[in-house]
Amino acid sequence: MTDDRMLFKDIDAPDLASIEGYRRRGGYDAVRRALFELEPDELLSSLEASGLRGRGGAGFSMGKKGSFLPRGDMEKYLCCNADESEPGAFKDRELMQKNPHQLIEGCVIASLAVGATYAFVFIRGEYWEIADILDRAVAEAYEANFLGSNVLDGGARVELIVHRGAGAYICGEETALLDALEGKRGNPRLKPPFPAIQGLYGGPTLINNVETLSNVPHIVENGADWFKGFGTEQSPGTKVVSVSGCVQRPGNYEIELGIPSREIIYGLAGGPPDGHRVKAWFPGGSSAPVLTEADLDLPYTFEDLAAAGSMLGSGSIIVADDTVSIPELALRTARFYHHESCGKCTPCREGTNWTAKMLDRVVRGEATPMDLDIIASVQDNIIGHCLCVLGDSMAMPVGSMVAKFRDEFEAAIESAREPGGGELDHSLIDRPLTTGARAA
Amino acid sequence: MSHDASRQPAHLVRSTDDLTAEERRRLIASMRPGDAEGVPELHEVDVPEELREEIETAMSRYPQLRSAAIPVLWAVQRQYGWCSPEGIRQAAAVMGVTPAYLEAVATFYDLFATSPIGDHRVLVCHNLSCWMRGADDLLEAFCEATGADLHDAHHHGASSADGEFFVKGFECLGACDIAPMASIDQRYYGPLDGADAIAAIEALRNGEEPLPDKAITLRSAAGEPRLVRRASEDR
Repeated sequence: MTDDRMLFKDIDAPDLASIEGYRRRGGYDAVRRALFELEPDELLSSLEASGLRGRGGAGFSMGKKGSFLPRGDMEKYLCCNADESEPGAFKDRELMQKNPHQLIEGCVIASLAVGATYAFVFIRGEYWEIADILDRAVAEAYEANFLGSNVLDGGARVELIVHRGAGAYICGEETALLDALEGKRGNPRLKPPFPAIQGLYGGPTLINNVETLSNVPHIVENGADWFKGFGTEQSPGTKVVSVSGCVQRPGNYEIELGIPSREIIYGLAGGPPDGHRVKAWFPGGSSAPVLTEADLDLPYTFEDLAAAGSMLGSGSIIVADDTVSIPELALRTARFYHHESCGKCTPCREGTNWTAKMLDRVVRGEATPMDLDIIASVQDNIIGHCLCVLGDSMAMPVGSMVAKFRDEFEAAIESAREPGGGELDHSLIDRPLTTGARAA
Repeated sequence: MSHDASRQPAHLVRSTDDLTAEERRRLIASMRPGDAEGVPELHEVDVPEELREEIETAMSRYPQLRSAAIPVLWAVQRQYGWCSPEGIRQAAAVMGVTPAYLEAVATFYDLFATSPIGDHRVLVCHNLSCWMRGADDLLEAFCEATGADLHDAHHHGASSADGEFFVKGFECLGACDIAPMASIDQRYYGPLDGADAIAAIEALRNGEEPLPDKAITLRSAAGEPRLVRRASEDR
């Protein structure tokens, strides 16, 4: 059996993380091609023609984003978003750990395409040992002149710095990432201006996810048409999907976009333990509205999941089987966003806080069915009302859980109520009338 | 309601338009809080030479020196075990920023300790996928093995009484494939059960690497080495 994967090809070969191992497999040939055979504009248009969509969550065309950067001699920057912190996502970790040079090569080519002289890999601080691996690979790339003041003596300067964060999910939001990289608290910025116009240090900045950039050498090497031979028209290429939760074989699987979701959850990951069924699944990380068993035959693409009211996001599938309580799942989800809210925008700061508190009451049986309506209305009041989508990322899954599993929430409220409880304490309500009422 | 004019700041009860430049400066100086610290001078702090070198190396790597704030705080935490006020002051002096600036950054990020914590750091992921696979029990096992308080561990983290360990329930560490898992002294291990927690703490007490066979770096990718393609009739 030949390994026909793209990003994960030979992923467990022990020498792949070294520059020799990577070059032995044709690595860094694409940099040569990008530098000596193609103009930056040709590079960008080839990336745009490939239809490669961002793999970090938003799914925006990578080449188009690059074309938004102004031409000219000003300082421009590339930031690779390696802050992967969303529950369910762990693909970038394995890509960086086992094939760091693929990412570095992607960074070099993307920098050449947009004319960036400084590239940063913003990696979450928790991935300390992975950052060590990246640092070693970067040193090798400098040594071999794929990075530095004159890359391959072709006249272009590309410096690459691995920047370790220190624990904050919000730094995966692109403008918060820029603030963190500038040495500040990681608060999101108002958009526009978008980073492509005014990003790091006020300069034009291209921000892409690890997996997106890891695709770049393959597109430059083999051409846009070859790349479009994988996947669907609107979702070309392959995708590394992280599958976790109640499945027998959790892990990262590289698939062609467009295969049925059932094939990923059951065929690859083995499905829930024997005797159990899928109750709910997040198709694209904890920010995605949940789907149910009835949705398992959806093709795994950006467009099909969006049409079903959810999203492909970062490509992280979390499976909850019939042993999992949905109200508790909602509570854990809300707690995460409450913890990670930076506190800058009121709807998110207060909305995540109160949603977590209300869900806690539901789980403890101290809520009333009316609270479910309040929870739903709080979600509606968060969506679209903040600088970034962190609050929305809680509102969408929690809102979908209340909508799709409302009976389970109501049952949780009922069953946790103490027997004989719920009697009115008349001493609390049989109070003297207020003076106003007496006068009337 | 009556206002006691004598209690109001001078410039609020009378116009300051006719002040001389000198008077205006004196007024401003009188309004400045007495405890606001400016940028400390290098000679005012006793920064260890190796820390200073680490900070300066970090600063020199970036186009703008404030970008080094997070790496600098990592260096301070390595030196002192936490981002102590004294360490922050030393770093501020080397960077040429106020201690308040660095403190504001330090308090934003989960991995910076702004109070002293135990030496070995055990972060137990207790988010969705790990929770579904038993993270709460794992956190409890680590607390039992170290003596750290379980309730505090779930929230802001808890240190053991002997100061050896710090245990914290963490919001998603990005390793759901090895759920339930923990980051021990910045390395990932999983999947873990209660016995692993006891063995890991025992190994750390003896100065050994905990759970070497459970390290994430040893784990092979899931599935078979082939691309899963679409069925030809779907094309």
